[in-house]
Amino acid sequence: MRDTATPRGAAGQAIAHDSAERQVRGRAAYVDDIREPAGTLHAALGLSRTAHARILSLDLAPVREAPGVVAVLTAADIPGANNVSPVQKNDDPVFAEREIMFHGQPLFAVIAETRDQARRAALRAKIETEPLPQATTAAEAQAQGLDYVTKPLTLARGDTKAALAAAPRRIEGRMKIGGQEHFYLEGQIALAIPGEDDEIALHVSTQHPTEVQHIVAEVLGVPAHAVVATVRRMGGGFGGKESQMNLSAAVSALGARATGRPVKLRLDRDDDMLSTGKRHDFAISYAIGFDDEGRIHAVDADLAARCGFSADLSGPVTDRALFHADNAYFYPAVRLSSHPMRTHTVSNTAFRGFGGPQGVLLAERVIEEIAYATGRDPADIRRLNLYENGQLTPYHQPVEDMILPRIMDELEASSDYRARREAVLAFNAKGTHRRRGIALTPVKFGISFTATHYNQGGALIHVYTDGSIQLNHGGTEMGQGLHTKVAQVVADAFRVGIERIRVTATTTEKVPNTSATAASSGSDLNGMAALDAAETIKARLVEFLAKAKGCDPSEVRFIPEHIEVAGEAIPFEEVISIAYLARVQLSATGFYATPEIHWNRETGRGQPFYYFAYGAAVSEVEVDLLTGENRVLRADILHDVGRSLNPALDLGQVEGGFIQGMGWLTTEELWWDDQGRLRTHAPSTYKIPLASDRPEMRMRLAEWSENPKRTIRRSKAVGEPPLMLAASVLEALSMAVASVADYRICPRLDPPATPEAILMVAERLKAGR
Amino acid sequence: MTRNHIRFLLNGDEVTLTECGARDMLLDFLRIHRHLTGTKEGCAEGDCGACTVLVGRLHEGALRYDPVNACIRPLAACDGCHIVTVEALHGADGPGSLHPVQRAMVEAHGTQCGFCTPGIVMALYALWLTNPRSSREEVARALQGNLCRCTGYGPILDAAEAAAVAGGQEADALMRRRDDVAAALAAMQDGARVEVARGHDRAILPGSVDDLAAALIEHPDATIVAGATDVGLWVTKHLRDITPALFIGHLADLRRIETDGDALIIGAGVTWDEAEPMVARHLPDALPYWHRVAGWQVRAAGTVGGNIANGSPIGDSPPLLIVLGAEVMLRRGDKRRTVPLENFFIDYGKQDRAPGEFVESIRIPLPAPGTRIAAEKISKRPDSDITAVAMALALTVEDGRIATARIAYGGMAGTPRRAPAAEAALTGAPFTEPAFEAAAQAVAQDFSPLSDWRASADYRRLVAGNLIRRFWLSQPEARPEAAE
Repeated sequence: MRDTATPRGAAGQAIAHDSAERQVRGRAAYVDDIREPAGTLHAALGLSRTAHARILSLDLAPVREAPGVVAVLTAADIPGANNVSPVQKNDDPVFAEREIMFHGQPLFAVIAETRDQARRAALRAKIETEPLPQATTAAEAQAQGLDYVTKPLTLARGDTKAALAAAPRRIEGRMKIGGQEHFYLEGQIALAIPGEDDEIALHVSTQHPTEVQHIVAEVLGVPAHAVVATVRRMGGGFGGKESQMNLSAAVSALGARATGRPVKLRLDRDDDMLSTGKRHDFAISYAIGFDDEGRIHAVDADLAARCGFSADLSGPVTDRALFHADNAYFYPAVRLSSHPMRTHTVSNTAFRGFGGPQGVLLAERVIEEIAYATGRDPADIRRLNLYENGQLTPYHQPVEDMILPRIMDELEASSDYRARREAVLAFNAKGTHRRRGIALTPVKFGISFTATHYNQGGALIHVYTDGSIQLNHGGTEMGQGLHTKVAQVVADAFRVGIERIRVTATTTEKVPNTSATAASSGSDLNGMAALDAAETIKARLVEFLAKAKGCDPSEVRFIPEHIEVAGEAIPFEEVISIAYLARVQLSATGFYATPEIHWNRETGRGQPFYYFAYGAAVSEVEVDLLTGENRVLRADILHDVGRSLNPALDLGQVEGGFIQGMGWLTTEELWWDDQGRLRTHAPSTYKIPLASDRPEMRMRLAEWSENPKRTIRRSKAVGEPPLMLAASVLEALSMAVASVADYRICPRLDPPATPEAILMVAERLKAGR
Repeated sequence: MTRNHIRFLLNGDEVTLTECGARDMLLDFLRIHRHLTGTKEGCAEGDCGACTVLVGRLHEGALRYDPVNACIRPLAACDGCHIVTVEALHGADGPGSLHPVQRAMVEAHGTQCGFCTPGIVMALYALWLTNPRSSREEVARALQGNLCRCTGYGPILDAAEAAAVAGGQEADALMRRRDDVAAALAAMQDGARVEVARGHDRAILPGSVDDLAAALIEHPDATIVAGATDVGLWVTKHLRDITPALFIGHLADLRRIETDGDALIIGAGVTWDEAEPMVARHLPDALPYWHRVAGWQVRAAGTVGGNIANGSPIGDSPPLLIVLGAEVMLRRGDKRRTVPLENFFIDYGKQDRAPGEFVESIRIPLPAPGTRIAAEKISKRPDSDITAVAMALALTVEDGRIATARIAYGGMAGTPRRAPAAEAALTGAPFTEPAFEAAAQAVAQDFSPLSDWRASADYRRLVAGNLIRRFWLSQPEARPEAAE
C-alpha cells in the first residue's frame, strides 16, 4: 500500500536501486549485452611487450593474413589526431608510433569477424625494438631526471622553515603509498556504429560521454555534432572510466570508420589491467614540527607521484593530494609540493578520491609520528589538531562547517573506543604472537571539481500526455544509484510516485557538454539541474492552471499524485492531458552551476570547495607476528551525508567505499618486475576484498547533519569520502605491529600492508629500528 | 561406438551440437550463440564469479547441482549435464516473479553496479539449494569465488540470510523438476565415446576409463582436461591450442573415493568439493586449509588429480598429500604403476608421466591415530588466493620424543618438496620447543626460494620457519609456557 501522504520514492526514502530487479534477473543491459547489429566486427589491441623502447619495425603482415581479419589499424590509419589525452596535452596516443612508453601500450588494433580471431591475430605481430633506459617508479624517474608530466603545485601558508626550526620537536620521514587497480567488474568496452556520412554512434561504458564524443570527433577529424555517445549503465567505474574509456572508444570508432561496419572492442581483463591507468602511487618525504603536547606547528612535505608516461588526469589528481594532505588538521605553517613524475608505466588516472586519499594518509602519518613520539593515544593527537571553524587550509579556504568534534564524540561512545583500546593494550601485553590494534580516524573531504568550470550540470525532462515522465540528465549510472536519487528528486518535485518516472540512458544527444560523473558530484550537480527542469515545467503548469481556473497562482499546489487548484484536486495525468491540449510545453531543460567557488592555481589560493563532507571510523584488527597474516575484526563508522537523499544508497556507498579502501591499504598490490612489466594484472594475482574479508560492521549516517550550503535538499556528496575511512585499518595494523617495540617507535607501515609488509616491519621493530 | 555430437540440457531445452571444439567455452556459447546475456564475463579466468551458472550432473544415480564458472567451462564438458542460467531463475509464482534469493538481494540493497549480481545470485542460489540453513561463515565461504567491487558485501550477506529464512525450496522450479531432469540426463548417458570438433580443434570424451586409456595411446600428446580450472586459462588467456583434448570429468569411475585398508583411493576426477567430506572425516585439522583452496566454483569443478597432474609448484594439495605419504597411480594402456607423490614432481614443469600415461587415482594412507597434522597456507588475501608458501606437517610423538616427522612445502622451490633438514632436526628430538626452533632454522638449508609478485624470497624463508614455530605454539604442550 502506498502512503497517500508521501508518494513512493520521494527524496529521503530508502528505496532500492532503480535497476535492482533487472540486475538480479540478469536483464539489466550492459554494452556487451546489446544485440549486435548484423555484421558487427570485433577489435583487439596489439600491445607492446617492453616498457621503454624505440620501435625499429612493426611487421603486421602475419596479422593481416590471420583467419577472419578484416583490417589492421595503426597510427597511420588515424584520420584526425592520434591522441586520447583528456587534458589536450597531445601526449597520449591511441597507437604508439616511434617510441614505446610502457609495457602494454597499444601499437595497433586488429579488426576481425570474431573477437577470438582478433585476439589471436594480434599476437602474430613481429615487433623489433631497441631498448631505452626505463624508470618504473617515481624515485627512479627523479634519479634519472625525467620531467614532470604536468605542472607541479605548491601550497604554502606561513613561514614553514622558521616554524620547523622553532618547533620544540621535529621529525623527518618518508612514506610510500601503493596504487590501486579499479577492478570494475565490467571491463572497458565500446561499440561503434557508423551512420550516414561522417556520423558515428557509440555505446560505451563511461563516466564521461561528452569526453568520448570529443575524443572520437578529434580522432576521426569530424565535428562533435557527428558523434553520439550513449551509456545506459556501467558495471562499475570508480574513476577508471573517466578518461580511460577514450582508448576503447577511439579504436572502435576508427574500426567502424575503416570498415564501414559496427565494431566492438571489449578488452580482455588482462589487457584492460595492463593498458589502462590506475590510482597513483606516491613517494612522500615529510618534516613535522610539533610540541610535547602533540600540537602540530609546521608540516613540510614533497609528494612525488608515479604518473605514468602521460599527463592524463595527473595534474588535478596530484593537486587534490595536496588539498587533502591536511585531512582534518590545522597546520599553522605549511608547505606542500607535488612532483608529478613521468615514468615508463601506464598513465595513472582518476580513482575514487582522486589523489585525496593519498594526501589523507600523509596527514594520518603525521599524527602517528607525533603520537608515538609523545606516547599518547593517536586519537587524542587527532582531536588536539582538528580544525576549528575560521582556520585556514593550506589553500587559504577557511573551514566553516566543521562537525568532526561531534562525529568523533558520538563514534567514540558508540564504538566504546576507549575501553576497547584498553582491552587491546591488555591483549598485547600478554606477549603472544597474536597482536591487536585499534584506531579512530576522521575524514574531511572537499566537494567540487577543483577545475571550477566542471561544476555544472544539465537535465532534460519530458512529461508525456499519459502523465509518465522521462528524465535525462548529464550524470552516468555506475552502480552508485545516481539515477535513483535524481528520479527521487523529480518525484518529490512533482509529488508523484517514482514509478511514473523513467530515467533513460545518458546520451550526448539529450544533455550536451556535460562533466564527468566524478568528484562525488553526481547528485549535487544533476539533482539540482533536474530539479530546475522540473520547476520550469511546474511553473508553466501553475501559470496555465491559474489562468484556466481563474485563480491566483498561489492557489495551485502540487499534492501527492494530484494538483490542487483552488481547493479542487485534479489527478496529475489529467492536468497533463489538458495542459497538452492547451498547448503548454511539457518538456524542459534544467541547468545548475555550483555557486561561490573559485580557485587560482597560480597563487595557490581560493575557495575550490563548496563544502566539506565528514566522517570517522574505528577499526580493530588482529595480526599474526609470525606470518603477518591479519584480519579486520570490526569497523564502526559514523558518516556525514547531510540530509540523505536515500539512506540505503548512501550506506551502500559508505560500506562499499570503506571496503574498497581497506583493499587498497591491505591486499591490493601492484607489482612491477625489474623490466617494468606489471605482473599483477588479473584477479588471480591482484586481490581485492572478498565477502570473507569483511569485518563486523556497525555503520550509521549522522542523521542530524544538514548541509549548511544550499545543495540538493541539503544533502552532501558521498561517493568518495568513505573510502578514506579505511585509513583506520592501516593505523590499527600499525598499532598492532608497534606493540612489538612497546609503542615507542612509529612503525611507518606503508600501504599496502600485505602480510609480508607487516611481518617485515615487525622484524625491523624487533631489531629496534 | 562413437557419437559425433554433444547434448545437454540448457534451462528447459535440450541442446544438441555437432560443431564444438575443445576451446569452445560455455560462456561464449551462452552469450554469443544463445544471447543469454545475464551471465557476465568479468575476468575469463575463474576468479570473479560473474559468469556463475549451475551445472547439474548425475553421479551414481544422484543429481547434484554445483556452481561453476562458465568462462572456463569447456562446452564439450557440458555433455550430459543440465546447465542452469540466471534467466531460468524465478519465484514460485512463475516466470516474472522473483526467486527468494533474487527478492532478498533487491530488498537488502545487494546490487549496485549489478555486473557481479547474476553470478552472486547463482552462487547464493546454489547455497540455498544445498544448505538451506547456512551460517554467516558458510555464506562467506560460498562467496569466496565471487568478487563484488561496489557493495562491501554486507548487503549480500544479509540477502543470503533473508533468503534462507524465506525458504521455499520445495516450490523451487529446479527441485520440482529434479526427477524429470535426472531421467533426461540418465537417458543421455550412452557410454559412447564422443568426438566433436570445430575445424581442426578436436574434443574427445572417452566412453569409459578403459576407453580413455585407449584414446591416450592413440593420441599420446593429447591435453587431458578434468575440471579445466587451469587448462581453461590456457585457452582464454594464453590462446593456446589444446587439440586434441581428452575430457575426463564425466567418467564415473574416476569420480569415486574408495577405502583400501588404511588408505583412501581418490579418483582423478574427484573435485575438491567432492573430497571435502573425506577431509572432514579423516583429516579434520586440514579442513580449514581445504576451505581456503580457491572459491566454490573452482572447488566444484577443479579436481585433486588435476592439481597434482599439472605439476604446479604452488598447487595446494601436494604438500599435505606428500606428508601423508600419498602415491600417484599412473596408467598407460593396461599397464599401471605407482609413484610416491614426492617423486612424481621431478622439476619445474616436469613430472614423472610418460606420453600416453595418465593419473588414474591418488592413494592416500590415512594417518595413524595420534598423528599430529598441520596444513598452512600463506597468501596476500586469506581466501581464494594463490599460495605464496604452503606447509604441511605430519608427526608422531612417542614417550615425549618425536618419532616421525614429515614436512613439505609448496612455493619454496620449483616443485612441492619435503624439507629434509627440518625433518632431521625434529626426528628423534624431545617434543619441546627447542626441536621446533632448530627445525625452523634448518628449513633455511632446505630451500632457496624465489622472489615474485606473491612474496619475496626473504619473506618466504622467514615464514617457512615461522610456520614450524607456529605449529609448536598451537600444540597443547606449548600452551602453559605461552600463557606465562
